[in-house]
Amino acid sequence: MSPEKGLGSVSSYLTRRILYAFPILIGVNFITFVLFFVVNSPDDMARVHLGNRYVTEDAISNWKSERGYDKPLFIALNSTGKKIFTETIFFDKTVRLFTFDFGQSDSGRDISYDISERMWPSLFISLPVLCLGLLFTLSLALLIAFFRGTYIDSSAVILCVSMMSISGLFYIIGGQYLLSKLLQIVPISGFDDGIASIKFLLLPILIGVIGGLGHGTRWYRTIFLEEIHRDYVRTARAKGLSEKGVLYQHVLRNALIPIVTGVVALLPSLFLGSLITEAFFGIPGLGSYTIDAIQSQDFAIVRAMVFLGSVLYILGLILTDVAYTLVDPRIRL
Amino acid sequence: MELVILKTDALFFILIASLLAYIFYASKKEHLARPWRSVLKKPMAASALTILAFYLTVAILDSIHFHPEIEGTSSDTPVYSSQVVSLLDEVLKPINKNTETTYSAPFAIYSYSKESQESDTGQIIRDYPRLRHAGSHLSNISEVRSDLIMRSLSALGYWIFAMAILCLILISLRVVKLKLIVADWLNLSTFFRPSPAQAAVITFAAVCLSVSLVATVGPYYHILGTDKVGNDVLFQGIKGIRTGLLIGTLTTLIMLPFAIVLGVAAGYFRGWVDDAIQYLYTTLSSIPGVLLIAAAALMLEVFMTNNAGDFESVTARADLRFLCLCLILGVTAWTGLCRYLRAETLKLKESNYIEASRAFGVLSWSTISQHVLPNLMHIVMISIVLDFSGLVLAEAALTYIDIGVDPSMESWGNMINGARLELAREPVVWWSLFTAFLFMFVLVLAANVFGDSVRDAFDPRIRELD
Repeated sequence: MSPEKGLGSVSSYLTRRILYAFPILIGVNFITFVLFFVVNSPDDMARVHLGNRYVTEDAISNWKSERGYDKPLFIALNSTGKKIFTETIFFDKTVRLFTFDFGQSDSGRDISYDISERMWPSLFISLPVLCLGLLFTLSLALLIAFFRGTYIDSSAVILCVSMMSISGLFYIIGGQYLLSKLLQIVPISGFDDGIASIKFLLLPILIGVIGGLGHGTRWYRTIFLEEIHRDYVRTARAKGLSEKGVLYQHVLRNALIPIVTGVVALLPSLFLGSLITEAFFGIPGLGSYTIDAIQSQDFAIVRAMVFLGSVLYILGLILTDVAYTLVDPRIRL
Repeated sequence: MELVILKTDALFFILIASLLAYIFYASKKEHLARPWRSVLKKPMAASALTILAFYLTVAILDSIHFHPEIEGTSSDTPVYSSQVVSLLDEVLKPINKNTETTYSAPFAIYSYSKESQESDTGQIIRDYPRLRHAGSHLSNISEVRSDLIMRSLSALGYWIFAMAILCLILISLRVVKLKLIVADWLNLSTFFRPSPAQAAVITFAAVCLSVSLVATVGPYYHILGTDKVGNDVLFQGIKGIRTGLLIGTLTTLIMLPFAIVLGVAAGYFRGWVDDAIQYLYTTLSSIPGVLLIAAAALMLEVFMTNNAGDFESVTARADLRFLCLCLILGVTAWTGLCRYLRAETLKLKESNYIEASRAFGVLSWSTISQHVLPNLMHIVMISIVLDFSGLVLAEAALTYIDIGVDPSMESWGNMINGARLELAREPVVWWSLFTAFLFMFVLVLAANVFGDSVRDAFDPRIRELD
């Protein structure tokens, strides 16, 4: 396969995947619409947002026309031709989403601005958690793989399974109690701008890393052990390579293929942050944004976040496939 | 008493019936019985299974609901209360009925907070009042320790008695031989490396001991304290078992038919069926799960406010919400299994025996049910047991952000949710959190250990390595 031809196949693959993404995103939006409007009519939504009592019909129709909810939902029966489908809320809102024009939230704020502001706090937590978590889990897993078949190995696996069995809520509550209340090293929750935010971020990052330690270490140990049993490792040993050399030069490098591709799939969704962590620590990120929107029944924000989440998920899938071909030349797209 | 069958109860009993049917079926078929025997060859798995069986028993007791009869009415026909209680409530009545007024620490006989009260001399003083029920048979706090020791010793006595009776029954039924018991249990070299049967017996004995302790000490003290409104925390923890177990099993029961039918159809028929099914599961799985659940929870909330009159009791309402939570969790969970099953069916379809079956003109339906499905069952089995623990943990997290089970339902998520601000009190109210943690941890750990063992036994890739 010549380099030019390879590049061509990548770009044609990307075009296909992106074209395929459109029907999926329309489907996603359809599901969101159905879920929202199957019990809730636009009139109900208007009443919730305007306050349930003493709402005049004028105020409702005003609210609806301001936000574009005054059209029929999916099919406009009183129109003709193409307009049966285009003169609807669903068509209008979906087309806007595809141009990433999220518009205004139902309470009147600019969603795109909110997202661009709230993206960063989420990223400040999820990115360090991913990097540090990867560093710790990989080193621990390699260490356990070095001691495979001994008591260290079996007790480490038991420890990992026990750590996996603890609910994430307890890591958060326990960490807040120990470090913030008893030792008073870091504040319990909150957020600040710029460099001052570090003291607020330390605890969520630490807890994120510890919470993922059990599952990650065990998972990577399995991957390492699978590699260790392969023929090329036996060859390397037969050539007289030390155990350390085998682990670092052969096992680690080959095991990185599934690990890297797995991590790449996660990268885009890092922007969305973690709902639970952000809610607990009062971080003004996208996770808490979504929760607030759900609790205040702000359909515009929920729709935008679901759409964004799906776009990032599909992006993750595409990146995984590309990463596969980059790290393993045998695989073609 | 008048039986009430809630929707989740009915589904749970269907589940148990199919579990029993499966056990009966598997015991007849060697290819199924063999991997199950190898699951139980691991001491850890045997002990985990014992714990799971105990949880299951509690959940079954808690799934038999009825309206209790109101006593002392003048009419001839019995009058039933509108309240729905379960058999477990009746069994645990000695623990449940002793409600206090507010928080109290484990084994405390004084309340957590001070109250104004009249002293013997008629003065009003602020002090910690005695609890209404816990330790009310004692005159002095110094007696607590000796009373506790006496009751624990009697619990130990009951336990030894029960164990001895059980041994005698087993020996007289010739299930085990006395000689073997003595030889096995007095052999110190096997003491730290118990056989699977020994591990199960030890776990069973430990469970029995804790039941015996709760039964003798529970009615007189609050073993794990009381919550804000004075309810016994241990009781809540036990009640949470049904919710935790049901969310892990009902979700699977609901999603399994979809995943199997669609996954096999996509892999077997290919063409437009495959395209449509692939489109469906890619779309569903690209919606972030939490958002899907949240949107569904919101929808249900609105539906319930609009149709508030349709529910005859708070329990029925909470039950419907719980069922919907299982349903929507199932919708988010089936895509992964469906994808696996499709890929495996694609592989199977290339195999010779399926080609032969098609060449003989066997109907697609019989080929699928006789040749494809039996070869997929190990994937289904592995996915059921491995998903279980994740679902139990998810319940707590979802309930915390108010999109989980109904606040009126006893669940570990609701316990954590109610207790999360209590750590800020002085002195710390830790027992609610601790109890939820303990019950959840034991269940999830047992499920994880058992699930690992099932995967090792059923995954052909791993079987080849051994």
